[in-house]
This record gives sequence, structure tokens and C-alpha cells, in this order.
Amino acid sequence: MSSHEHAVHVAPTPSGFIRKYIFSVDHKVIGIQYILLALTAVVIGIVLSLLMRFHLVWPGAKFPSWMISGGVMTPEQYLSLVTMHGTLMVFFVLTTAPQSGFGNYFLPIQIGAPDMAFPRINMLSFWFTFLAFVVMVAAFFVPGGAPISGWTAYPPLSGLGQVTGPGEGLGQDLWIISIAIFSGASLMGALNFIATTIDLRAPGLSLMRLPLTAWAWFITAILGLLAFGVLLAAGILLLLDRMAGTSFFIPAGLVVTDVVQKGHAGGSPLLWQHLFWFFGHPEVYIAVLPGMGVASHILSTFSRKPVFGYRAMVYAMSSIGFLGFMVWGHHMFVSGMSPYSAIAFSVLTMSIGVPSAIKTFNWLGTLWGGKIRFTSAMLFAIGFVSLFVSGGLSGLFLAQPAIDLYFHDTYFVVGHFHLIMGVAAIFGIFAATYFWFPKMYGRMMNEGLGKLHFWITFVGVYCIFMPMHYLGVVGNPRRYSDFSANHFLAPLYSIHLFITIAAIVTAAAQLFFILNYFWSMKKGPKAPDNPWNATTLEWTTSTPPPHDNFGGHYPSVYRGPYEFSVPGAAEDFIPQHLTPDQVGKAK
Amino acid sequence: MEKRNQCAGSAAPAAILAILLLILVGSTLFIFMDKVWWFPTAITAVGHGIDHQFFLTLVITGIVFVGSQVGLAWVIWRYRDRGQRASSSHGNNTMEIIWTLATFVMFVGLGVMAKNAWAEVHFRDAVPGAIPIEVTGQQFAWNFRYPGPDGKFGRTDPADVSASSGNPVGLDLSDPAATDDVVVPVLVVPVNHEVQLTLRSQDVIHSFYVRELRLKQDLVPGMQIPIHFLATQIGEYELACAELCGLGHYRMHSCMQVVSEADYQAWLAGGGQAIQRGGMNIGECQ
Repeated sequence: MSSHEHAVHVAPTPSGFIRKYIFSVDHKVIGIQYILLALTAVVIGIVLSLLMRFHLVWPGAKFPSWMISGGVMTPEQYLSLVTMHGTLMVFFVLTTAPQSGFGNYFLPIQIGAPDMAFPRINMLSFWFTFLAFVVMVAAFFVPGGAPISGWTAYPPLSGLGQVTGPGEGLGQDLWIISIAIFSGASLMGALNFIATTIDLRAPGLSLMRLPLTAWAWFITAILGLLAFGVLLAAGILLLLDRMAGTSFFIPAGLVVTDVVQKGHAGGSPLLWQHLFWFFGHPEVYIAVLPGMGVASHILSTFSRKPVFGYRAMVYAMSSIGFLGFMVWGHHMFVSGMSPYSAIAFSVLTMSIGVPSAIKTFNWLGTLWGGKIRFTSAMLFAIGFVSLFVSGGLSGLFLAQPAIDLYFHDTYFVVGHFHLIMGVAAIFGIFAATYFWFPKMYGRMMNEGLGKLHFWITFVGVYCIFMPMHYLGVVGNPRRYSDFSANHFLAPLYSIHLFITIAAIVTAAAQLFFILNYFWSMKKGPKAPDNPWNATTLEWTTSTPPPHDNFGGHYPSVYRGPYEFSVPGAAEDFIPQHLTPDQVGKAK
Repeated sequence: MEKRNQCAGSAAPAAILAILLLILVGSTLFIFMDKVWWFPTAITAVGHGIDHQFFLTLVITGIVFVGSQVGLAWVIWRYRDRGQRASSSHGNNTMEIIWTLATFVMFVGLGVMAKNAWAEVHFRDAVPGAIPIEVTGQQFAWNFRYPGPDGKFGRTDPADVSASSGNPVGLDLSDPAATDDVVVPVLVVPVNHEVQLTLRSQDVIHSFYVRELRLKQDLVPGMQIPIHFLATQIGEYELACAELCGLGHYRMHSCMQVVSEADYQAWLAGGGQAIQRGGMNIGECQ
């Protein structure tokens, strides 16, 4: 592929606010749109979690009525917060920011392309995602409120309508419709990422010279393509059960509060769980794989060392993606599915620990012998490694069906998945932000505020989520709006109080980030083209990049992505696009 | 700008981060080893087997946890920027192979060992002579049905379900076998006598969860799921719902009373009425 062919794709720089910033086909604008959408969603998601934490330790607390209608939170309001917190965070933050946001912005630039393969489809997938977000948030404002069935929406609770509880009427309909729209958007996005990575790489940029970030986005896109189709189908089936009288998930003879539910027969509640988790488990990796790529990229850059075991990293990410599709049953050990299949799901799940451990060891190997600079981006990348280890290891308990008999649906699970898929992935997003912000906005973020943000957040998230494991050891069930009915939960109050306080402090510290973000966008010091002395193609173009990314001069690639501290070279980094002749020799 | 980046690797962040990681390791070790917050004592042999497997997993993951976090603390302190030149190593295949094989043996081995406790719960049927009890979940109550003197469960029909008029599981009273069935809101079982529960739900998914049994099993509408256990310790244990079932999920609560065989028979002979025996109010949770 020559640079000439690239030029054919490039549309002229759009003029006019709407075409430039709203209905833009520029992958960079779309990337920022995704990131701002995720930022909006994460603020709502954090507020919802704080309301839950407040209610758990101060059950009678009075809220302003514009926040909680009626003033004192009811059990159904609590559960609607559970549902919406999980849904917003999983879909509109953890799927949206690391992949669609940063991936959109940087994948084309990192591979030396002028844009994504299908710019109009790219725009369409953002606006579908936005529409899905609006429909989701609308569920709060309809009669009955948001659904109470959790982000997993297990039927029959989610399948019978208003009879099973408030929020299960129109609120649940909107939830399903939103998820279906979101799935469609994700499918379009996944196709675009895959086509872009395969077709638009610069001359010389073989797959084994791709930055690990690009590898992570590529593998994540494949997971998205295979997973979201199934969720879309499941959502449509559930909607049909609710609206068209079908019985995919609803068996005959159900009685809700003494009223026989007529018109359904033959459905299987377990079918939903199989379809949902066939999507849901790969979704965990959709959230965290981009973070792994970012962590590798940043650890290498700021320890001035090549990534240790680059190929092993690529194989590990690929096998995590591959195995990730064969382990969904570990969410269903106590569901009533065949107990024999549990053994297969268990052993496959345990074996995902192997590529995960490979990645961890290679991260340590990357730092080993380096020259480590503790920028905010680097601190968050190191934090990612620590959280990934902690959250991953608790997974080894839950992967064993016998131990899951006790821990299933307790706070042990809540602690586990928040560490690994929530907080680790969010640390990946923070690291990516501090690292790439100069390229995106042409200005540096404030390092002092960035570090303050890191220290409080790092300590804070451990204080929130480690104690949840201890709650799980005592047996505290999750998704309880109130602990008074179970006597064994009374002694756990002090842990819950500790978690709530830690959550308030940690959430408050995020204001430093938001302040830093918007202040630096306008007032930060001007950024040079390559402030971190990094090697990959995004640092070879001007800051911020022009509309066609490289101003018409598309790069060719002559080496791997992480050539740091090469003996004999004048500088401790060799950018990918320099020809061998252009590399300065050490004196 | 250039100047500042060169100096970004001072000792302070390296030291603070390393110390935080050591505090994380230290406090986690203390809490697990001192058993500050811990399981209630198990009352079944299976439960003890699960505790053993938990302990084994704790040791192995504990070694990896301490090794990784302390290793991370050490490398960031040891290799902080002091003006040295970084190594240009791209990796080491021997080490990749070693740690791949080591973790494979460790993790997958652990998974295979865990099979035994699971097999005891799920791969064998209840022994002959096990006491059959049917467990029915409904928003937001538990009901337990004993077959009565005839030893047979009578017919049920969704149309007959009426919790408000005292027939929560929908006994079809035109079936003679149903008339002597005992339906109570508390699970009473004899000690050292295997029990076979059949779990069913009338409306949405619930989950049977008794911590001391180390047992959890969903109740799925449209399915009848058998589980069995043999409790070896007399006492009263809380029974909670562990699957989100609606707004009253948190209060879908009952208890399991493990009593002597004689007390059990006396309670059952009384048709499930609560009786005062052996210091316990059998048939009514504390």
C-alpha cells in the first residue's frame, strides 16, 4: 500500500461547526466525542454508586427529593441504582472510553492511516451509541422508574413486565432497547476497527511491528464482533417475550403474588443466562484488554526499555481473547445448568490465569533493568498492574465451582470484578489520558494535580474493594438494599461504613482529574510533538494532528514499536518511521 | 518541558509507591492469617472439604500475590531513574516458557483438585432413605413441603396457589396425597440424616443459601433442581436468598433448624406446628 492510495480516502477538511464537531467523520473528533460521552456516563455512574453506599450505611438518610423521589430511598429505588450503575459503567464507560474513544483517536494514527476504513460508519456508530445513552437515561424518568433486575436482567424478573416489580414496565423496555441499539453501534465499530487494522497499515508496518495498543484494540474489536451480535439477538428475544407474547425465556405456570401468568409456555430462564454470558464474559476482556495494551505501551516508554517479551504479549492477549469465549459458564455454576459442564468451564477459566500471569511477568520484566520515570501516566500504568494482579487472583477462587458454592453472589464477587474490570480498566483510561492528552489537545496536563489524583485514587480504590472480599468471606450477599433481616450481617456494619467513607474520598479526588482535564485543555502549557520521547507513529506528526493525520506525508515503518535504549544510538529512543540512515549514532 | 521530563524519576514517588504496595501486602496477609473476618464453622463434611480447597487456593494465590506486589515494589524502587542507562533487552524465551508452564501446572492443577468437593455435591444422587423436602421460592418468602405420613407429595397446581389464603405452594386438595402434606416457612431437618431438597420457584429466580452448609443453588421457574446434604451440627442457621428476585430480595429470609432425630419426628408428627424442645423453638426462627 502506498501513500498515494491513502490520499484517495481523505475528504477535504470540513468547514462549518456542525460538520466539523457534531456530525464529523474525522476519527479524532469521533474519538473525543466517545470520550466525552464516557466522561458524562462515569460521572452519573459514580453519583449512583455514592447514593447506594450512603443508603447502605445510613438507611434512613434524607435525600433532596429532586435526587430521590420521596426523600428516603426505597428498596426498589436502590435496585434501580444497582441496575443503572452497572449498565452505565459496563457499556457507556468501560466499553466506550478505552476502545471506541482512545482506539478511534489513535489506531489510525498509530498505523499511519488518514482515517478509519469507513468514516461514515464510524460517525454512525458514535451517534447510535449516543442514542442508546439517551434511551438508557430516559428509563429513570418513566413511570415506575429504572429497571430493578440488575445489569444482567435475568428473566423471568425482567421478562414479565410490571407485575414483578416497579421499573419492570416501561423502564425495562427502554433498557433492552438501549442495549440493542448499543450492540448495533458496537458491531459497526468492531467491523471498522478490524478493517482498518488489516487494510490501512503503513508500508513496513507488519502485524508484529504494531504497537501493543493497536494489537489490543484489534483483538478487542474481534471480541466485540463475536459477542455483541449474541447480546443483540438475546435482547430482541427478551423484548419479544415481553411485548409479543413469545416464550423464549418464560416457562408455563408462573404465579406472581397469587396471580397466574397466562400465555407463556416452554421457555427457559437459563437460555437467557447462556446468551447473556456468552456476551458478558468476553465483555470483561473488551473492557480490560485496551488497558493491557496501554499499560504495556506506557511501561515501556517510561522505563525507556523495549516491552519484555513482545511476542509473548501478543500471544497472551490473543489466547485471553480466544479462551474468553469458552468460559461463560463460570457465571452459572449455581444456576441449575449441568454440573458436569461446570468442570470444563472451571478448568478453562483457570487456564486463563496462565496468559494473565504471562502478561504480569512481562510487565515486571519490562520494568526490570529500566530507567523509570514516574509521570502521572506511568503511575497509573503501574497501578494498573497492581490492580490487575489483585483482581485476577481473586478470580481463581471464583473459578472453582466448589468454592463458588459459597462465594457466588456475595461481595467477594463484587470486590473481584470491580478491581479487575472496573478499576483496573479505569486506571488504563487514566493512564491513556495523561499520556495522550498532549497529542489530542496540544497542551500538557498538570503533573502535580495528576499525581495527587493518582495517590488518592490508588489508595482509595484498594480501601473500597479489598474489604469487599472480607465481606464475601463472611458471606454477605450482594444486591441487598438493607442488611437488617439477616442477623449475621450486623457485625459487618463497620466494614460497610469504612467502604462508604473511602468511596466518598475517592470520588471527591476525581474532581482533580476533571479540573485538570478541562483547565489544561484551555490553559495548559503548549505541548511539543513528542513530549515523552516516544517511538510510535502518533508522536511523529504535529500536535494536535492535522485533519488527514500526517499532512499528506504518510510515514513508512522500519522497525518494531519499542526501540528504547538501543546500544550505539545517539538517543535512548528510535522512532518507528526513521530509516536506518536517519538514526543518529552515539558519539 | 524537556528538562522536567528528564527529572520525572525522583526517589520520592518510587519510595511512596513501593511502601504503599508493601502496606497492601502486609494488611492483606494480616487480615487473612489472623482471620479477622471469617467463615462461620461448616456443618457438613462437604463444607469442610470446600474450606480445605479454599485454604489451598489462598496459599497459592497468596504466594503469587505477595511475589508480584513485592516484586513490583522492588523493581520500581531499584530501577527508578538515577541517570543510569536502561537495558535494551527484548525478553527471554526460557523465562517465558518457565513461567508459562509453572502457572499452568499451578492454576490448572488447583482447578482439577477442586473437582472432589463439587462431585460430592452434584455428581451423586442422595442416598436411599434421605428425607425428601420440597423448597418453593416466591417473592419474597420460602416454603418447605414435607410429604406427611403417606410419604408422598401431593399434586400441586398453579391455579391453586394462594399465599393470602394459606396455600402458598398451590396444593391441589382434590388429591388425597396432598391433604397430609406439611407446608411450613422454616426448614427443619434432623442431624446426621441426609436430606434431599427439590428446589422450585413460582415466579422469578431465587437462590437457596445457607452459609454453614457452604451451599448455594438457584431455584429456577420451570425446573426442579435436586440437592442433598447431611448436617452434623444441631443449631439454627440463617437462610438467605442469593439471587436478585425483586424489591424484597433483601428480606427473603428464613432459617434452617438442625435438630435431633427425635425432636424432628415430634415436630413433624405435630403437623409442623412450632414446638418447644431442647431449648429451641422448633418451627419458628429466632
